[in-house]
Amino acid sequence: MAVLPTRLDARSAEFRANAAAMQVLLDEVIAQQHQATIAGGERYIERHRERDKMLVRERLELLVDRDTPLLELHALAAWGTGDPVGAGNVNAVGIINGVECFVNGTDMTVKGGASNPSTVTKSLRGMEIALANRLPYISLTESAGADLPRQAEIFVPGGASFKQLTRMSAAGIPTISIVFGPSTAGGAYNPGMSDYVVMIKDRSKVFLGGPPLVKMAIDEDADEEELGGAEMHARVSGLADYLAVDELDALRIGRDIVGHLNWRKRGPGPTMPADAPVHDPAELLGAAPADVRKPIDVREIIARIVDGSRFEEFKGAYGTQLVTGWASLCGFPIGIIANNGILFSEESQKGSQFIQLCNRIDTPILFIQNITGFMVGTRYEQGGIIKDGAKLINAVSNSTVPHLTLMVGASYGAGNYGMSGKAYDPRFIFTWPNHRIAVMGPKQLAGVMNIITKGRDPEAVAALEAQVEAESTALFATGRMWDDGIIDPRDTRTVLGLALSAVHTNEVKGTSSFGVFRM
Amino acid sequence: MIRTLLVANRGEIASRIFRTCRAMGIGTVAVYAEPDAGLPFVREADVAVALGGSSATDSYLVIDKILGAARRGGADAIHPGFGFLSENAAFAQAVIEAGITWVGPTPSNIAAMGTKVEAKQLAAAAGVPVLPSAVAEGDDPSAWLAAAVGVGFPVLVKASSGGGGRGMRIVESPDQLADAVVGARREALASFGDATVFLERYLAAPRHIEFQVFGDTLGNVIHLGERECSIQRRHQKIVEEAPSPVLTDAMRAVMGGAAVGLASAIGYVGAGTVEYLYDDTPDAPEYFFLEMNTRLQVEHPVTECLTGTDLVRWQIDVANGLALPLTQDQVERRGHAIEIRLYAEDPANDFLPTFGPMHTYEVPEAAVGLRFENGVETGSNVTTFFDPMLAKVIAHAPTRTQAVRQLAQALRSMRIHGPVTNRDYLVGVLNDADFLAGAATTAFVETHRALLDSRLAVGDERAHLVAALLSGSLMRVAQDRRWSFAPIGWRNMGVHRQLVELADADGGVHRCTYRWISPGEVTVTVDGHDHGVGVVRAEPVGSGHELVLSIDGVTRRVVTAMLADHTWCNSAAGQSTWALVPRFPETAGGVASGSPIAPVPGRVVALHVVEGQQVSAGDALVTMEAMKMEHKINAPADATVTEVRCAVGDQVDAHQVLVVLA
Repeated sequence: MAVLPTRLDARSAEFRANAAAMQVLLDEVIAQQHQATIAGGERYIERHRERDKMLVRERLELLVDRDTPLLELHALAAWGTGDPVGAGNVNAVGIINGVECFVNGTDMTVKGGASNPSTVTKSLRGMEIALANRLPYISLTESAGADLPRQAEIFVPGGASFKQLTRMSAAGIPTISIVFGPSTAGGAYNPGMSDYVVMIKDRSKVFLGGPPLVKMAIDEDADEEELGGAEMHARVSGLADYLAVDELDALRIGRDIVGHLNWRKRGPGPTMPADAPVHDPAELLGAAPADVRKPIDVREIIARIVDGSRFEEFKGAYGTQLVTGWASLCGFPIGIIANNGILFSEESQKGSQFIQLCNRIDTPILFIQNITGFMVGTRYEQGGIIKDGAKLINAVSNSTVPHLTLMVGASYGAGNYGMSGKAYDPRFIFTWPNHRIAVMGPKQLAGVMNIITKGRDPEAVAALEAQVEAESTALFATGRMWDDGIIDPRDTRTVLGLALSAVHTNEVKGTSSFGVFRM
Repeated sequence: MIRTLLVANRGEIASRIFRTCRAMGIGTVAVYAEPDAGLPFVREADVAVALGGSSATDSYLVIDKILGAARRGGADAIHPGFGFLSENAAFAQAVIEAGITWVGPTPSNIAAMGTKVEAKQLAAAAGVPVLPSAVAEGDDPSAWLAAAVGVGFPVLVKASSGGGGRGMRIVESPDQLADAVVGARREALASFGDATVFLERYLAAPRHIEFQVFGDTLGNVIHLGERECSIQRRHQKIVEEAPSPVLTDAMRAVMGGAAVGLASAIGYVGAGTVEYLYDDTPDAPEYFFLEMNTRLQVEHPVTECLTGTDLVRWQIDVANGLALPLTQDQVERRGHAIEIRLYAEDPANDFLPTFGPMHTYEVPEAAVGLRFENGVETGSNVTTFFDPMLAKVIAHAPTRTQAVRQLAQALRSMRIHGPVTNRDYLVGVLNDADFLAGAATTAFVETHRALLDSRLAVGDERAHLVAALLSGSLMRVAQDRRWSFAPIGWRNMGVHRQLVELADADGGVHRCTYRWISPGEVTVTVDGHDHGVGVVRAEPVGSGHELVLSIDGVTRRVVTAMLADHTWCNSAAGQSTWALVPRFPETAGGVASGSPIAPVPGRVVALHVVEGQQVSAGDALVTMEAMKMEHKINAPADATVTEVRCAVGDQVDAHQVLVVLA
């Protein structure tokens, strides 16, 4: 397999300008990540510690195996929504007793662990990932329940989390709930729906209705311990399967449970040499222009993430604005579909064919998105660009091999769909800090509006352009959980490697069953 | 002439005698007790005969077994080594009567010096100065007291038979005398089969200076000069050297002459040592006869180095009836030699014997002037059945300073991964200003207690800790390579750091966090102190790594070795041990806090309490015997005995609860 050449010059002014611009964006992401870890505020963190409790990320660190990688997802969920950055909980893929697991943990310092709408969305996405990839699911539970003033936004969709828990269980994916504190009402169903429940003496309090609600409902003066204490659940109700003496003990038990699962991954695992890329992944910082309208050769990115920078290009001379080909990443064979410009009919057909080939050979697909959309214009409409775009969306939608999506620049228009955007259920989807996402580019959108409104309201158009500009940033997108997180471009290979490893926990199986390809 | 020699001993001395035999073309027979089956000396002999039994009294001390082994192994001579039966006249006699050549002094030589009281009388008769003393006779403490007053306090209570410090007790005041006599008698009986003890005037800080003498069957007796062995713990030597830093040629001639005179007076044959107490505090130095050891000494290599001789060869030649190869005038002594005895014992814990598997035992490469007499090797098991000496290391150099430096360097370079040893303590002694000044007396160990807690220099210790930390990290990743494509402990959130707690040898827990920036760079925080660490080199070696680490600008090479949760680190500065603190504490066990446990495996020899008894802090609860030493287990605090979990005669394991207090 050929080693990709490079024309990237890390000493060039252009590269350095790109890297500097990317660093500025990255610094903001890092600052926001830090904010997410202390979103509860000093006072509540202090109070939490005074109660001799660990912060959720400290619990997570003790749960996973030492020195193994830990991939936190949706770290900046709720950014820009008004809800606390991070959404008051933590999602992560980590390795526990040698088993890749999905961990969801409540951050009790954020509004007492009460759920806001972002919390619900984040939890549900986590369960989706666990279910799709067959990752044992572990909840570090501690919650006051729903944030009551927000109940209208939470109550109905929130119910899905209990459905998902039992569906995971039905699918044979172990669900483990470790209860660190109060877990009331809806929260009580988290342990209730889990395969394994660990409670902590004098700490876990699990009840459908707490003492105030019981007083209201049946005028009973209930004792908290009697009503839902860990010892009661361990000895009387049977809801607790394990009674831990403290947090450390609970985490130890959680690890022991995973240890006994006899968990076997269903995918074939890595089969290729996992040598590092020939070209330095650190150069990814300056590989993409900060201005997404400037073109880049996506092969420069591929060359810095795949094993040995080796890439077997498929249909290299045809539909050249879409790069397709074979490679391996951290030893996992993959097909790559990457934008190198806008999508024409040829590119769409090429992509559709390539997706079918990947399905025939059970190979996961990495989509690298840098797309401003499908080509428009009379010539292309007459050439059937809609039919060809439909072919690509058909192939993407019905493909059953795992999709990983990486957003390295623009993601505008139907190109987002054809390239396995969020709505097309990629197993994992990550973005670079320079990522832009919208129905179309803000300037283009403003221009369109100007034409439609015949230039009558330039102020409104300018306001719309500014709004779309603000709503198309990587932070805005990740805040709405349109992706699984913003990553440092230099970490791309590691992140995708971990994602592929997680993906291989489930069967990696293609299909030959697609919708009707319109000819 | 001797064709095949049986060594009725074990460990390094057996190995050492076999070496000379091989050089002389003499066949070798080893005998061994069950716990010693795996030791090097058993393999090194041409023939090895199992004695059965695990204690000395069931093996190396059983005359019939040794004689039977000689027959079965085809030996025509027996060398007793030191300790065990080496100074047992009956054994020597039995060997001779069995028609086997006895490599040692005559039975009458042994008998003459065998009891200290008689030995002193003989010494006095031969004109050698002796300390005042009296036998503790009968069972009347008042008679003992009268004898002690005659001798003058402080007195030393010691076993009449045997040596090696067993059964010895220093008594400062009359009220301690009765206890000391009873205890010494019990130990003497257990060790030597003879309960006789005597009282002797005790010098507080004398030097121990001894003279190597040698006689042949033709009536020649010479001495090979002195050895100073003042540094002793529990009355056992741990550092021995020659020449003595304080002895003048004139005194050497006087004391050596006296030693030869005593040996000649009893018609001494073979290797022997006349031991003196030497007091250089008065205006004119005094010396007193202490005892004569009718055997080869542990520290004989010091004399061999200085005189260029092989004293085992001399012993064999003398046993074959040959004349001594040198006359007194021909004895030359060159340079300075120092020997240390490496023991499996914990100086910080009152030199209590330690035990367990020896995972790694590596000595530095051979160097001129350096001699190792090893009793163990990698994979040996150090048991509690016998003397815990592991090895001797001897340095011989033109000057005392050079010999000290070379010896300290050799000790620091040894990789000893197993039971705690006195190695660091010995290095501390060798570096001590008083020792270097030649000012050490027999009180040295007591007056230099700070050395008991010898540690590496702060920078070296920190480097070792970081090495243990990173080696563990690298090892964990190597054990499961499934995610090794990711940097070690990779996190996409900057806040996460790996947390590991490591305990030092004293149990002090160090909280360490780290984050690998790249394979060559780690940020490490130890107990709140940040360190930038450059990993210049990290190669897997054995069960650990060879690490070249640059910590805060200083680069050091540290080699690690791991076994379960323990990591040993070795560098030019020395060795350290670190234990990985479990991430999750074990659930508390059922032992009542404060209930005394056995400090070492051993036998219960006396029970001082019954169930229900009230005890005060410091009260004796149980007396144990282990390693031939008595250990009193005392109440840690005022308490009630709620349960006695042992009986007299029980063999108990280390850490076993003996008495439950509440």
